[in-house]
Amino acid sequence: MNYSERALAILKTAGAKEGDTLLVQGKDDEQKGVLMPHHQFSDPDVIVIKLKSGYNVGIRLNEDVFVKVQDRAEERARPSRHAKADAALPTVAIIGTGGTIASYVDYRTGAVHPALSADDLIAAVPEISSICNVRAKVLYSIFSENMDCAAWVGLARAIVCEIEAGADGVIVPHGTDTMGFTSAALSFMLEGLDRPVVLVGAQRSSDRPSSDAYTNLVAAARFCATANASGVFVLMHEGPSDTSALVHRGTRVRKMHSSRRDAFHSVNATPVAKVSFEGSVEFLADHPVRGTGKLVLRDRMEPKVALLQFYPGMDPESFYALIRAHRGVVLAGSGLGHVSAKMVEMLAKAASDGVAVAMTTQCLHGQVNLNVYATGRDLINAGVVPCGDMLPETALVKLMWVLAQTADISEVRRLMTSDLQGELSPRREIDD
Amino acid sequence: MTERVTVGLEIHQQLDTHKLFCSCPSDLVEVEGPTLHRRLRPTFSEMGEIDRAALAQAERRMRFRYQCPRSHCCLVEADEEPPHDADAEAMELTLLVAAMTSSKVVDEIHFMRKIVIDGSNTTGFQRTALVATGGFIDMNGKRISVQSICLEEDAARKVETKGSEVTYRLDRLGIPLIELATGPDMHDPDEVREVAARIGSIMRATRRVKRGLGTIREDLNVSIPGGARVEVKGVQDLQLLPTYVEREVERQSGLLRVRDELLARGTMRPNGPMADCTDALRSSKSKVISSALSKGGKVFGISLPGYEGLMKSQDGKLRLGAEMAQYARTRGVAGIFHSDELPGYGITQEEVAAVRHHLGIASDGAFAICADDPIKAEPALAMALQRAGMAFDGVPEETRDPLPDGGTTYSRPLPGAGRMYPETDVRPITISPQRLAKLAANLPELPDAKAARFAKEYGIHEQQARQIVREGHEDLFEELAKGGQAQVAARTFLNTYPALEKEGVSTDALDDPQVRKAFEALNRGRFAKEALPDVMRQMAQGKDLETAVDELGLGRVDSDEAAAIVDAIIADRAAFVREKGMGAVGPLMAPVMAQLKGKVEGKAVSDLLKSRIEAFLAR
Repeated sequence: MNYSERALAILKTAGAKEGDTLLVQGKDDEQKGVLMPHHQFSDPDVIVIKLKSGYNVGIRLNEDVFVKVQDRAEERARPSRHAKADAALPTVAIIGTGGTIASYVDYRTGAVHPALSADDLIAAVPEISSICNVRAKVLYSIFSENMDCAAWVGLARAIVCEIEAGADGVIVPHGTDTMGFTSAALSFMLEGLDRPVVLVGAQRSSDRPSSDAYTNLVAAARFCATANASGVFVLMHEGPSDTSALVHRGTRVRKMHSSRRDAFHSVNATPVAKVSFEGSVEFLADHPVRGTGKLVLRDRMEPKVALLQFYPGMDPESFYALIRAHRGVVLAGSGLGHVSAKMVEMLAKAASDGVAVAMTTQCLHGQVNLNVYATGRDLINAGVVPCGDMLPETALVKLMWVLAQTADISEVRRLMTSDLQGELSPRREIDD
Repeated sequence: MTERVTVGLEIHQQLDTHKLFCSCPSDLVEVEGPTLHRRLRPTFSEMGEIDRAALAQAERRMRFRYQCPRSHCCLVEADEEPPHDADAEAMELTLLVAAMTSSKVVDEIHFMRKIVIDGSNTTGFQRTALVATGGFIDMNGKRISVQSICLEEDAARKVETKGSEVTYRLDRLGIPLIELATGPDMHDPDEVREVAARIGSIMRATRRVKRGLGTIREDLNVSIPGGARVEVKGVQDLQLLPTYVEREVERQSGLLRVRDELLARGTMRPNGPMADCTDALRSSKSKVISSALSKGGKVFGISLPGYEGLMKSQDGKLRLGAEMAQYARTRGVAGIFHSDELPGYGITQEEVAAVRHHLGIASDGAFAICADDPIKAEPALAMALQRAGMAFDGVPEETRDPLPDGGTTYSRPLPGAGRMYPETDVRPITISPQRLAKLAANLPELPDAKAARFAKEYGIHEQQARQIVREGHEDLFEELAKGGQAQVAARTFLNTYPALEKEGVSTDALDDPQVRKAFEALNRGRFAKEALPDVMRQMAQGKDLETAVDELGLGRVDSDEAAAIVDAIIADRAAFVREKGMGAVGPLMAPVMAQLKGKVEGKAVSDLLKSRIEAFLAR
């Protein structure tokens, strides 16, 4: 909610702006403090000021209240810092996309400012400078739920620029909500990648002393600088403790918890490596090594692809028009990859209209198998492409990429059922 | 007291509700549960500065281990899930305390994050909100200001410290606390206890606060003229409050004398250098030294010219050495030795001379040494040296931990003022004037009113009634008084309890159900009221009621038995009774009571004795 007209008028008359020190006189008391931004959940008549004690309090502006500006906000220059490069260390590029992987808190106003430059970042995370030389830039400042195909393409191009400029690895700090989609998209777009690109996030924001941002970032730097691995990865906490992080293949990783530090899991695959926060890197699975590919940027994407989750009673009528408005659709079917008989009929029609229809499982774990039940066989006959043990989100991103590479439906089918970036595998091992 | 002391109080009272930001229960358990390992790092402020208290903690490079008992902590305490909305009941109780202290509630309450990185909060901050300001309480004709009332979350409780790892249990983390801060309005140690007791009784009047050891904790802010504000944090024993104040006054005035003496002597600020004195003590029989050396440690020393007799004076009043040792301990060593206490602790006169020789100082020159792993010993001695230099400024502002004997020990520098920023995960709470008016119209009975009513309704003395309320016995007292035992209950709380404590018998075991049991037995005539103190003593020592009554040989005698016992005593002293007549009643009370005490009420014994003597004389 915004300020009420009355509050706005009072602030305007006083000429008060955020950061100014105000004297707020009530009927029988007065308070002095710094005007804070209006809180979205605050009462429209209430202004929030920060008292000298550090506490914020809300004051209702009514006819008895008189507001006077006592001091203007002063712009404070941040001391400039300059990090020295160490020729013996590898160089790692850091490309920010939003969120705050490192930040400063201004306790005077309570504002949290991101560390934007490489120098700021090193001042906030000084451990990094003993691991690698850092080149940092901010590409986007957006919430990860606002990422889209165009943003993925822009990011892929920025990564290629850094690699061409000699970066030994690239770290992409990323909001965690859609980090798995971005890592999948980069995996397909950066064909022949010969060094590590590591997406890293935090489940606790970097303004907090308990943030996982710093440990994850330092672990990502260590992995980029020292590990003999290439490909697109996601690095996040292994458990709720600050002891180690796991490195996941970019096409195999999914956010599986809304808030825990160890929200990211490899699904139908073993994580690639474990990075101890004490410094060691241990590989857990086979992985591509450095310097074995030739980087080709394939950055065309078809945004007209949808992801639908099947549910009992799903009405084909409602979804037909939606599917027809897209060039491809990925379904997360039940069990081995099933939908209702009515939905099969509708999907057959959509496929014959030329829409690429792909099937994954909403179980996430395990693979689609359309041979076992009659419904599955009907889906095969309807032209639906089974996606094996690919995650529904990865299948979505892959279909976006595939449909931008070819218009030939049999080539689409071939690419979707081939393992291009570790997203598919013929065998799944027994867990411990 | 020679110096005029100034004291302000901060009272932290646990509330008997759910936790503040989740629905976990708010009591403590003896279960460890799964374990988490975490680290905290100080956050950088806009100016690239870290708060000085936060920095002091970070320098200790602490690792934290958290025990998470499943029934008493969820993902919120583990900092694995955002906080839920603030507990409505806890908020209501805080508003109630604000109303009872005539405080002005803010129009909208905003929770803040107050940076604390000693590990006691998994987040690295404590969530706290300023709820009301500008209140007061009147007592003994004096007005004590209530500067602020905050609602905040309690910290995790420390289980143990091993090396650089501290273990906490998360059951206490998140329990709602009302923090009430008074103005610096107290100038007498006993007054501090009285004010604390009064505030405690106001909190209890809400009827939804926790009772028992550790559920109410006091911070004392103490200063003397020329001294500095020192915060003694987390005092649990109200009775010790005056002692902490007195001891702090002694400590501060001692430090001022040390400063004056340093200036009078023209002593220079010490600046090292630190020297390796291991060779001088290689074959020392001192346990501390030999144990450190056998583990590959070293002995470091610094000379402190001009500090002779100030680290520990002959009369024991100047104790800068203790302060230096406390600073050194923050770096993980057991302590230091200084020349005012040497030779001693197994260190000989010859070894002292050797250290002096090594440090190149005169035969009576002051020094300090520290023996441990060099990784700890060097920074520890540097801290001691820093503290020695600070003596030129008199009393440093600092936070001190209370010790059970009424003394204190250095904990950390006082936190800076502004290490707070908004807790954006918790909604602000707008307080309407209507809500406050409704609260004010339904206030619980205040302590003074309650005491007056007790005196009137239950016929006890007003003085007694006030003491009962002040000491927190009001609820149980009223229950027992309603059962017809007002006088006995008052005597039990006000005479028996202090007498037992004086004997060294703790009354902690006498919880409400135990006391209720004893009074029920008394009402049933299981024993006479004279026996109650003895019964209570036994129960305080852990016996159950029945065992206590049996072991005391209590158990009522019927009137025939009692008469027979009295008759036997009269018969034994027949000549004496005949000679004295009714005058024998007094002298015979003692032998009769020796046999009937606790079995028959005292008044009944004296009536029985009179009637039996009359009967004997009439024969």
